[in-house]
Amino acid sequence: MKLVKSTMGLIAAVALGLGAVTAVSADSIKIGEINHYKRMAAFANPYKNGITLALEEINAKGGVLGKDLEFIFRDDQGDPGEAVKIAEELMTRDGAVMLAGSILSNVGLALASFAAEKHYIYLASEPLADALVWESGNDYTFRLRTSTYMQAAMLAGAAAKTGAKRWATIAPNYAYGKDAVAAFKKALTAIDPDVEFVTEQWPALFKIDAGAEVQAIERAKPDAIFNVTFGGDLAKFVREGNTRGLFEGREVFSLLSGEPEYLDPLKDEAPVGWTVTGYPWYDFTEGPNKVFVDAYMKRWNERPGIGSLVGYMSAQVVAALIEKAGSTDTEALRKAFADLKVSTPVGEITFRKLDHQATMGAFVGKTAVRDGAGVMVDWVYLDGADYLPSDEEVMKMRGGN
Amino acid sequence: MGLFIAQLLTGLANAGALFMVASGLSLIFGVTRIVNFAHGSFYMLGAFIGYSLLQVLPGMVGFWVAMLLAAIAVGVIGVIVELLVLRPIYRAPELFQLVATFGVILVIQDLALMIWGAEDMLGPRAPGLKGIVRIMGEPVPTYDIALIVITPFVALALWYLITKTRVGILVRAATQDREMVSALGVNQSWLFTGVFFLGAALAGLGGAIQLPKGGADLLMDFNILASIFVVVVIGGMGSLPGAYLAAVLISVLNVFGVTYIPQSTLVLMFVVMAVVLMIKPYGLFGREEVAGEHGQVGEVERPFKPAGLNARLIVAAFLLVLALVPLYGSAFSMVLITDIVIFCLFAASLHFLLGIGGLVSFGHAAFFGGGAYVAALIVTYSDTPMEFALMLAPIGAAMAAVIIGWLCIRLTGVYFAMLTMAFAQLLWSLVYQWGEFTGGDDGLLNIWPSDWLNDTTVYYFLTLIIGVGGILLLRHAAHSPFGYGLRAARDSARQAEAMGIHTKRVQWVAFTFAGAMAGVAGGLFVFSKGSIFPSELEIARSFDALIVVFLGGVKTLSGGVVGGAVLETIKDFLTRFEYWRMTLGLLIIGVVILAPDGIVGSLRKASERLGITKRPEGEV
Repeated sequence: MKLVKSTMGLIAAVALGLGAVTAVSADSIKIGEINHYKRMAAFANPYKNGITLALEEINAKGGVLGKDLEFIFRDDQGDPGEAVKIAEELMTRDGAVMLAGSILSNVGLALASFAAEKHYIYLASEPLADALVWESGNDYTFRLRTSTYMQAAMLAGAAAKTGAKRWATIAPNYAYGKDAVAAFKKALTAIDPDVEFVTEQWPALFKIDAGAEVQAIERAKPDAIFNVTFGGDLAKFVREGNTRGLFEGREVFSLLSGEPEYLDPLKDEAPVGWTVTGYPWYDFTEGPNKVFVDAYMKRWNERPGIGSLVGYMSAQVVAALIEKAGSTDTEALRKAFADLKVSTPVGEITFRKLDHQATMGAFVGKTAVRDGAGVMVDWVYLDGADYLPSDEEVMKMRGGN
Repeated sequence: MGLFIAQLLTGLANAGALFMVASGLSLIFGVTRIVNFAHGSFYMLGAFIGYSLLQVLPGMVGFWVAMLLAAIAVGVIGVIVELLVLRPIYRAPELFQLVATFGVILVIQDLALMIWGAEDMLGPRAPGLKGIVRIMGEPVPTYDIALIVITPFVALALWYLITKTRVGILVRAATQDREMVSALGVNQSWLFTGVFFLGAALAGLGGAIQLPKGGADLLMDFNILASIFVVVVIGGMGSLPGAYLAAVLISVLNVFGVTYIPQSTLVLMFVVMAVVLMIKPYGLFGREEVAGEHGQVGEVERPFKPAGLNARLIVAAFLLVLALVPLYGSAFSMVLITDIVIFCLFAASLHFLLGIGGLVSFGHAAFFGGGAYVAALIVTYSDTPMEFALMLAPIGAAMAAVIIGWLCIRLTGVYFAMLTMAFAQLLWSLVYQWGEFTGGDDGLLNIWPSDWLNDTTVYYFLTLIIGVGGILLLRHAAHSPFGYGLRAARDSARQAEAMGIHTKRVQWVAFTFAGAMAGVAGGLFVFSKGSIFPSELEIARSFDALIVVFLGGVKTLSGGVVGGAVLETIKDFLTRFEYWRMTLGLLIIGVVILAPDGIVGSLRKASERLGITKRPEGEV
């Protein structure tokens, strides 16, 4: 009998626990932000700081639609399945009006597919995968950051000017690396049909055997190298390459390597004279870029990364979006995204109606070492709008939607 | 020819750190029988501590002193882990300790993040060894030469320690027969502590010594884990010369792989491992595990019994509560329970293998992810209706299990575990690198259920019916004649054979059955998430299930299910906080120490002590 009673008690407790619904406060507009705060802390923390800074500024000016704007930050452990679960929770239980976030492309793609199925708006702030707005693009997903294709095309433009004919590529063996190499090859051969790709190296992500890779590239005797490795792989590649003299007399073009998140760990061993995309926060002297960097350093007491910029811009985009829509209704938001213009630290960007890609550009320059740290010099900001495929091509990839 | 020699040297240099870390793992396993999942964390700590020491110790002498100090520091950390976490649970069921080491991984991850920050650290170059020498015209870094020279010395020193000294004799004796050693008056626990120190210090040394070739980052721990398991298994568990040879073999093959098959480097290592184990099932220098060598530790196991009336009533009432969730719960609680039920089915299928069959698989994610991929691929490429794809998921997983099972079942114990892991990794690397077909790590998208099932509530019921049905089927199988045969094969293969049970065949069928049930879970998973990625085939996923089964209680029928439900619920709650990994790690370690019989086993004992339930008759 005792057992039955305690069982009943247990069941009641479980039922209460399962049914408990946290009260949703109505005094702020909530955005569900999902990211890999632990797994990719070096990238996610500057991003989160950027968002927080923007929110403080927006809310100090009265918020949006008369309410405070709020981001709910949740960690997905870098696991797509987990991200989808959290997305559902944010939308149905926490009262979020739309989703944002992710750095990893696979999580971004999972969230995009989920958003389309459930009819939630998803702002893919950082993932780079081209498929996100093209082959797998859908009505509910919008991407802010300069995509792999755009950045590779920018580098290809610069690469064609060197006149180098024999190219080697090295890229991590996963979707981002493959996309980048394909985009670079396509853009470069379009400009200069005579180029030849003499070797393609595909180290496993974060498991590079740098000595072997350098030997394999050296064996092919290329004129120039296109690099897509990053993080620890890049550091090892640079060190082995320098030690073994791989980069002597060769032009190197390298994707993302100028971003502080990747360049700073290399310290005084940062490569010199590579053409890279990145973020030269230390060199702004005026304008909105400078204003943002100053505000960020004042608020957080640390240098901004590219993640900080993207985070800051994400919050700006969301605020502008809700203001334009005039409500937080999903359909209104979706319509407002078409040709949405947002003024940001890097200038005005537009979310293209055609493929939901923002026209955010990238800084392209050469690497150098200054005061024992890697920096970008002779950089220019290239507008993303100029480095996208033709509208017909995009339409074809999106399958006409 | 010059290039060939240079490549060979690169491979030999790479083998250095790999050998040190792997030999530590091998030693620890050989003596304590603990599969130390946290070994990658020791390696990572060695790198971080070495990095910090190098900031304060300048010059050539400083460099090598820092290497040694890093090794000693990590050795001390290893001792702390052994004393605090592992010593209290040596009498727990075999392999239970790996759950504790998994908790240690989580704690160290967050600690390292707190102390060293999130940014990658590039290791400083070794003073005096920054240049290159030219061998037949090819540049070879001098530090590579240093590594090639040092590694055999470390190996020789270890070999001397193990074969020529008294300590070494005791270690070898303990590797052969622990109980006999302790019966001869050797203080076994200090021997274990000492071996843990040595093993951890070797891992730390490996982490520190690779600094000039790389650096320290927070993903190092899991990144090296698969490689060192592979090395240890190819060399033979507990064999030092084997570990050295295997490290060289893997590293050299990898260097040539990079040059000649750059697209498939991931697969190569696991292919080599699978081939070696098929020819030499116990690795190059390993010995066959002697039966009874690690016989029953702890108390005598109770036979499984069908649940009594009370238990059935409780379960029925609980299922009723679950069935009524749509009436009072939120949409999210249904999503959460859907996730939990799927995971419980996955865990229960592993529990069937592990608890009933005594077959410890480290690669069960192959069938979970495999089933999910079968369903997703069919939907993607042939517009098959979802209902049909869902049915094909277990069939696909079972087919994979038939093949993998046939290759693995010949082995036993930890070799079986490692071979299953190798095949799971093989499958993972195939899916990961065959992007044209599987989508690679961009996965397969838009795999949603048919319209009539797409509603959250309807899919919730579908999951509940199939998931609970699957779990009940697994339980039923445990009590069927087939289940009895499987248990007989687990408890005493020889007696079971004598009674006319074809033990290997029974185990093969069980392996396939468990694979199929994991495939069911995978099928349900892919349609609930709408997409699938190679991460569902990763080692981490296999470990998830493994941890849960042990945590719930291997020697209880409901262990997998209860462990799965508890851990998933706690995880869902904890991930809202900043340092959730450390909290979860400490929680796991706490549960492991306080409840060495797992959650269910310990609850059962507690309730017997309190007189709520009765102890089975005839037991003392």
